[in-house]
Formats: sequence, structure tokens, C-alpha cells
Amino acid sequence: MNYTPQADFGTPEVLSETSVSLTIDGRLVTVPAGSSVMRAAAESGGSIPKLCASDNLAAFGSCRLCLVEVDGMRGTPASCTTPAADGMVVHTQTPRLQKLRKGVMELYISDHPLDCLTCSANNDCELQDQAAAVGLRDVRYGYAGDNHLGLETDRSNPYFDFDPSKCIACSRCVRACDEVQGTLALTIDGRGFATKVSAGQAGDDFLSSECVSCGACVQACPTATLQEKSVKDIGKPERAVITTCAYCGVGCTFRAEMRGEQLVRMVPWKDGKANHGHSCVKGRFAWGYANHQDRVRQPMIREHIDQPWREVSWDEALAFTAGRLNAIKTQYGARALGGITSSRCTNEETFLVQKLVRAGFGSNNVDTCARVCHSPTGYGLKTTFGTSAGTQDFDSVEQSDVILVIGANPTDAHPVFASRMKRRLRAGAKLIVIDPRRIDLVRSPHIRAAHHLPLQPGTNVAVLTAMAHVIVTEGLADEPFIRARCDWDEYEDWARFVSEDRHSPEMLEAVTRVLGDELRAAARLFATGGNAAIYYGLGVTEHSQGSSTVMAIANLAMVTGNIGRRGVGVNPLRGQNNVQGACDMGSFPHELSGYRHISDNAARALFEADWQVALDPEPGLRIPNMLDAALDGSFRALYVQGEDILQSDPNTHHVAAGLKAMDCVIVHDLFLNETADYAHVFLPGSTFLEKTGTFTNAERRIQMVRKVMEPANGPDGLGMEDWQVTQALANAMGLDWNYANSGEIMDEIARLTPSFAGVSHARLDQAGSLQWPVNAAHPDGSPIMHVDGFVRGKGKFVVTDYIPTDEKTGPRFPLLLTTGRILSQYNVGAQTRRTENTVWHGEDLLEVHPTDAENRGLNDGDWVRLASRTGETTLRLAVTDRVAPGVVYTTFHHPATQANVVTTEYSDWATNCPEYKVTAVQVTASNGPTEWQESYVSWSEKSRRIAAEPAE
Amino acid sequence: MDPARLIYMANQIARNLAAQGETTAIVATAQHLRDFWDPRMKAAILAVDRTALDPIARAAVERLKG
Repeated sequence: MNYTPQADFGTPEVLSETSVSLTIDGRLVTVPAGSSVMRAAAESGGSIPKLCASDNLAAFGSCRLCLVEVDGMRGTPASCTTPAADGMVVHTQTPRLQKLRKGVMELYISDHPLDCLTCSANNDCELQDQAAAVGLRDVRYGYAGDNHLGLETDRSNPYFDFDPSKCIACSRCVRACDEVQGTLALTIDGRGFATKVSAGQAGDDFLSSECVSCGACVQACPTATLQEKSVKDIGKPERAVITTCAYCGVGCTFRAEMRGEQLVRMVPWKDGKANHGHSCVKGRFAWGYANHQDRVRQPMIREHIDQPWREVSWDEALAFTAGRLNAIKTQYGARALGGITSSRCTNEETFLVQKLVRAGFGSNNVDTCARVCHSPTGYGLKTTFGTSAGTQDFDSVEQSDVILVIGANPTDAHPVFASRMKRRLRAGAKLIVIDPRRIDLVRSPHIRAAHHLPLQPGTNVAVLTAMAHVIVTEGLADEPFIRARCDWDEYEDWARFVSEDRHSPEMLEAVTRVLGDELRAAARLFATGGNAAIYYGLGVTEHSQGSSTVMAIANLAMVTGNIGRRGVGVNPLRGQNNVQGACDMGSFPHELSGYRHISDNAARALFEADWQVALDPEPGLRIPNMLDAALDGSFRALYVQGEDILQSDPNTHHVAAGLKAMDCVIVHDLFLNETADYAHVFLPGSTFLEKTGTFTNAERRIQMVRKVMEPANGPDGLGMEDWQVTQALANAMGLDWNYANSGEIMDEIARLTPSFAGVSHARLDQAGSLQWPVNAAHPDGSPIMHVDGFVRGKGKFVVTDYIPTDEKTGPRFPLLLTTGRILSQYNVGAQTRRTENTVWHGEDLLEVHPTDAENRGLNDGDWVRLASRTGETTLRLAVTDRVAPGVVYTTFHHPATQANVVTTEYSDWATNCPEYKVTAVQVTASNGPTEWQESYVSWSEKSRRIAAEPAE
Repeated sequence: MDPARLIYMANQIARNLAAQGETTAIVATAQHLRDFWDPRMKAAILAVDRTALDPIARAAVERLKG
């Protein structure tokens, strides 16, 4: 059996510049000062029995099993709470200790079911291991006394059970919830014999409690008390493969614990540098979609979109597709063809799709879903700093004194990083939240934001300019930093601009609805509170001034000198797992990989020589432009890999009309998604469990994704990884591509992209992960950017003038709608809706302030009609004061709601990133679905028909 | 391409760059169109009735022609 759990050193690693040397059982051991005796013993190959200790939790000292003897010390101290000291002589295995430990174990076992052989944790149980380690052979007290063996199991959570009859009250679950996750949903209730672990209030079970199902407690449990249902169903894993999660941009690494080709469980990898052994409900548990019955496993084609699908062989599907693409190219020219790369696919797959478009189709009409999320980050950070990426690694937050969160909701959208951030906030860092909604971070257990600025949606630039006004006019600018690192003339122009009276917080109060005093206090804290870091999300980018806001954020970091060291920086929190990578790989129509403009002759020549083809020097169409061009007939074919633009892009009617106008829409996905309703070709995709490649997370960290099972997307074992499908399509079009594996694609990326020069699969296998740039100057990667100078040379201050959006409220549409995500669901929900995560969020709800609800005679749970100038939909109401009066909020996870029917086509001035976050709406009572919802359902059903096999 | 939409987009770019001063904004707007607009979009904006363009956008489109 190869399966072994990850080593546990008992207490957390200590980082110290000084070390101490001690003797443990005759072994001379040197460890960083501050390490526990338990950890010193474990690091030197020993194993002191323990039950309440785990190396991701602070030492607790309650189980009394880890006792040791130390020369010159009285008694038998607990090794987990005893710091190692110079010259200490420790004995961990003596007859006295054995007797004590045996006595302790005897008490534990006297109230524990002895069903080891049929227990789901058999052979994977620390209690069992410790009973063996201390040599327990009998329990002198018998088993007849009072006990907890009859307690009922709580099965309410869809992914794990809580069986209190097996609980030893070690508190590891409670401490994991407190220290690692930071939700504090669990507690130890009662005392003495009545001690029990309790989720939430009396009467709560795990599901109804505040538990967010992150799995930290399950991982921490040393017995079968908290255990995955999948282990109970399948049994103990036989092997583990390290891979990277395919959900959000945090990029957690996991041990995919397998039994043959069956995934038993995902366990967060403690050595993963993005997540350090933590996870969320999506990555840890929501992988059931991979084998969902809706998964399409065979290629399908049809002549027209009103026909049923026809299942065909790969060869037939590819020949049909290549024939259509080539015919369109001949008739309408290369610029009539395009593709969309996927931020959910690997770097290698994304690179190949853009290569197919540029080198195969012959146009630069390639875009990616970052268009609708972080394209303004690309524009804004490239302009100000010189490259499009976050400046820090996640660990940097440990050194932050002030954390500014703007337009992001980390506890829902980036939960594992949010836990790190919360840990730092509990340790004393100050928090400023700029968000129209009172997100959970504003006030949660042991955390309270120093300032929450609940701004009017659409006024980010005004708020940030007002903050800059305070910093400059009150003399808080870090002039030595600016003189050394930025262009001084540009700074002076900018400082003059922000100092104008019209940018003062008081003058802008009427626009931003943020109290001037509160804004001043927040600005002063940011400028003077020590290391200040900015974290932002789509509440910044998805506005008509998204790019301006990103540049205003960069200005704020530069004016206060918060760039280029640990604890500071500008950190875009990326939505999808590989948004950073998709952008890096040349997915934008104007850029080759590594952010080089397509008109750059030298860069283009490099690719032309490598690919042996001439490239179009003109930028191509962005997604919204493709749809516009489709309507005038100049754009006719689209290859969409792993995206669902019909559901995710704004103004659904317009997207549908654009897709309908095309002659060849190819959808390459796991499921018949909403976009596939308008497709002529469906190429079945492979999940992240079925492929090898790399993802790049929000901290520029490139990590391996490793195949643990064969792709399920082909008949008779002819399944292909997504890059193989793209290669097969390229070859069907007459290109001669011969990649034997995805590592060869990465070699090509490294050859053509200076910031990836030192990256290869072999190097990643060896290093675990690398943060780009990885090149001659930074052979081991770059955790922090712009340390000695900005990538562009001098940092550039850009004047960002507040220009109100053209989407205005008025008598007909008096409320502002903003949209976002919820923890349990992911993006358009294609994956998470096909898992048990729906128990937490089965439908999209509209959050409305009590005053606005009352004015309309609406109650919590009512069906309401949500209408904008663009369209209307219906959904149910949630009355809450999380949103300010005048602002309403919903998620976009469910196609039945079609939240994007109401969003508009207004977009960021620089990048066309849609303005999802501001739509003028009205909310009224409703008694059923809209006409569009009804007709959409019937259209969807019709377009998803698959023709029955003809009888032979 | 819908001319009204392209005019709106060009004006929006110009408005956001206007704070840099007229001369810089004209150059920057023209460069923005060069860098990010596909050839058919550039051709279409050159063909529109330019009176609908704001002065900065109009001057930028003039530069694009040259």
C-alpha cells in the first residue's frame, strides 16, 4: 500500500534566525528557536505520541499523551507546549512515560467504540495508532459504565458526517475552525462528562450552523468522528497525487487521494504555498460534477441550431468542423474567424487555442473571459507599473498592518486566502472596506473593519481620488519613495489634480455618499498605519471606469510608498483558477504571450519564426466586438473552449443574437452549457482530474495540474485532454502539430515568453511551484515584484478623472443593481450546480434593503420582477440591511434566473469590460417567470435534443 | 459595426483621457484606437459622420487617418 497521510510535526513551523541545539533520546537536534520539543523530535525522525496536537494548530497541551522527561526539569512536561532550549536533554520513551501514556489511553478507550475493523477510519486513525504506540492491551475499568457510545450521528452536511460517539474531545476541530478557517462555528459545549463538540447554537446541526463546510475540522479530526462520506462509501485511498484546484484564483493544491481511477477525497496539501493545507467547500468537496450524468462524453454536430444534435466520432466531428472553418475562411477571410480561450483550462491549453486562432485561423480575434473580469487590471497595471499582475505573494499579508479591501468579497469568492487575511486581522492588522454592501469581513467574529465606506455603486474613482486628495493635501505622501521610484513630473501633475478642492471628500460626499470625515480617517490610516496592502476584485474592474479605478489604486500605493516589499502592494484577486495564466498566455487580441503587443515587430517575428507562419500585425476583436461584428456579418465562426458566454456575458439578448448570426459556433466543454444552445459543434472536454498541465494563480504562482484518471470524453477509451482536442482540430484544418504531451507546449511557451524562460514541467515537479518572472535574473521566480524598480522603469502616476456612468437611475428605474458571488457556488454554476453545494444556494436571490422592500409592499421570500432598460427577469427576494437603501444585489449562478438579461452593454472605456456592477433597475411584485424565462426554457429544451440512434 | 456604438466608445475613451490635457489626450486617444481596435472598427470609425464625435475624439480619428 502506497497510501500514507502527510507527515504531521505536531506544532507549527517556527521561522527564526537563531537556532537552538538539544539532545533528544541521544540524538543531537538543531531547530529554529521557539520550536517545540515535539516538533524537534518529529523533525529528527522521532515520534512522540500525541492526540490534540497538529502542526497547523497552536499547541494546546490537553491530551496529556505527549509527556516527556527533561533532565533538570521537574515532572513530565507536555512536549507540545515546551519550547526547545539550548543544551536541553530530552527523553521521549521511558518506562515512566510509557506507564503514564498507557493510563491516559486507557481512559480514552474506555469510552470509545471498539469497532475498529468496520470503522471507516480503520488504519487511518490517530487514536488507533496511539493505542498501538503506547502498547495498550486492556482497559481495566471495563466498558459497562456511563459512556457516549449511543450518541446519534449528525448527517446533515452533504459531504461529511459527525459521529459524536467516536469523539475524544481533543478540540482539534474547534481550533481548526477558529485558527485555520476563522469562522468560529464550532465550540466545546458543557464540561466534564457532558463535554461535547457543538456546531452553532443548541438545536443547530452542522448544516444549519454557521459552518462553511471548508473541511478543516474533518482534516483535523484524529478519529472517525468527522469524516468524509466518500471515505465511508468507498474505503481508504490507495495512493495520492498532488494537483491544483480548478475553482478560484487562489490556486489551492490538493492531494487527490485515489482508489484506482476513483477519487476518494481531496485533501489540501500542507506544502502548497498558496493554501498551506487549507481548503474551502468547493475545492475540497465539490468535485462530483466530474462524473455527473449531464457530462457529455461524445462529440456532436448539427447543420443548423434548430436541429437536434447528432452523436458522431471524433474524426467526423473534426472533419465537419475543419470543413466549415476552412470554407468560411475562404469565403469571408481570416478575420471572420475567432476563438475564446478558457480561464478554467491550463496554460498549455490556453496557449494552444490562441495559437490556433493566430496561426491557424489567421486572425488575432482571440479573447478570454478575463475580458469580462480583469481586463482593466491588465490595462491599468501595465500602464502604471509596466506589467499586468499582482505585486505580492499571499504570504505577504502576514506582514501587513493595514489591509484595504475594495470591490472584493474574499470570504465568499477567495475563501482560503480570506482565512489567511482574517488570521492577520485577528492578530491586529487594521481593515478598511470600500464596498456598497456590508460584506462578511466588515464584521465577523473577532474582526471589525476600522472603516467601512459604503459607497454608491459606480463612484470608485471619486472615492479613491478623494483619498488621494487627503493624503497629498495633508502632507502624508511618501516623497522620498516617489522621487526615487516614480516619474516626479507626472507625480506633480497628478498631485495638483487630486489637490483641487472639487476632489475633497466633503465636496464628493453628494456623489459617493461616503461621509467626508470617515473617508479622511480611512485615508490617514492607509497612509500612516504602517505596511498597507490593497486587495481588490471585480467590484473595481466591472465598471465603465474599471481601468481608471485600477490606476487610481496603483496611484494610491505609489503615493504612500506601499510597493516593492513584503506586507504592501496591489493585489487583484482573480476570479477563476487560471485567469492570470490565460492573460499571460496571449489570450487578448492585441497581445502575444508575456504581454507584448501584436504590432511589436520583434516579438511577432519571434513567433513567426517559431511557428513558420506570417501573423496579422493588427489587433483583433474583443468578445463584445465579435458579437457586434457577427450582427453585421463580418464575423462568422467562433471556437469557445470552456466558457459559457451566453450566461456570463452582459445583455443576454445581444449575446444570443450575435451567436445566432454565426455560421459555425464550436463549444468545447464538459456540459451542454447555455452557449451550446447556439452551437453547431460540441466537442466534449476533460476535467482538471483528467489532464496534465499548469495553472497560474492570483500571485503569479505556476503550479502543476496532474492527471489522476483517463479522460471520460470519448467513446471506447478514445478520450482526449483538451489540448489534444485543440491539436486534433488544428490538424484537421491542415496544420501539422505534433505535441506528444503538454510539457512540450510549456517548452514552447518558455521559448517564446521571456517571463516564463525558466519554466518547465520538470522544473515545477522539482520546485513545487514558481512565481513568474522566472528567468536569468530571477531563476527561482519572484514572490514580490517591483522590488528594486518598476518593470516599466519609473512608476507612472496617471490622472484619473471621475466620470459618472451613463447608466442612470430615474423615476422608472430608481434602484441600482450590483452583482456578485456566493461561497458555495462558482461563476455560472456549471460545476457547482451539479454538486451537493446546491443545499446552501439552490437559487439566486435578490437582496433588497428593508426600506425599499417596504415601500414596494414586498416581503422576504416573495417572487419579484427585476427590470432594467435592457430586460427583465424574476427571482425571489431576500430582505437584508447588508445592502444600502437604493442598492439591490444578486448572484448569477443559475441559468433560470438569467441575471444578465438585465445587465447593460455599458463597459469600461479602455477594455470594454462590462459594467456588471451598475444597472438601474426597478423591483416590483411578480407571480411567475417572465416571457423570456419561459421561452428560454422551451428553446433550451429544444436545442439540447439529441437524435436517437437510427435502427440498424 | 454599429456606427453609433463605435462613436459612443470613441467619445468615452476621449472623455476619460481628457484630464491629461487636450493635446496629450488627442494623441493618447488615437494611440488607444490603434492599439486596441480591430481594422474593421478603425475603418468604420473613419467612415462615420464625425460631427457626432467630441472634439478630442474627432481630432484623434483625424490622426488615425494619417
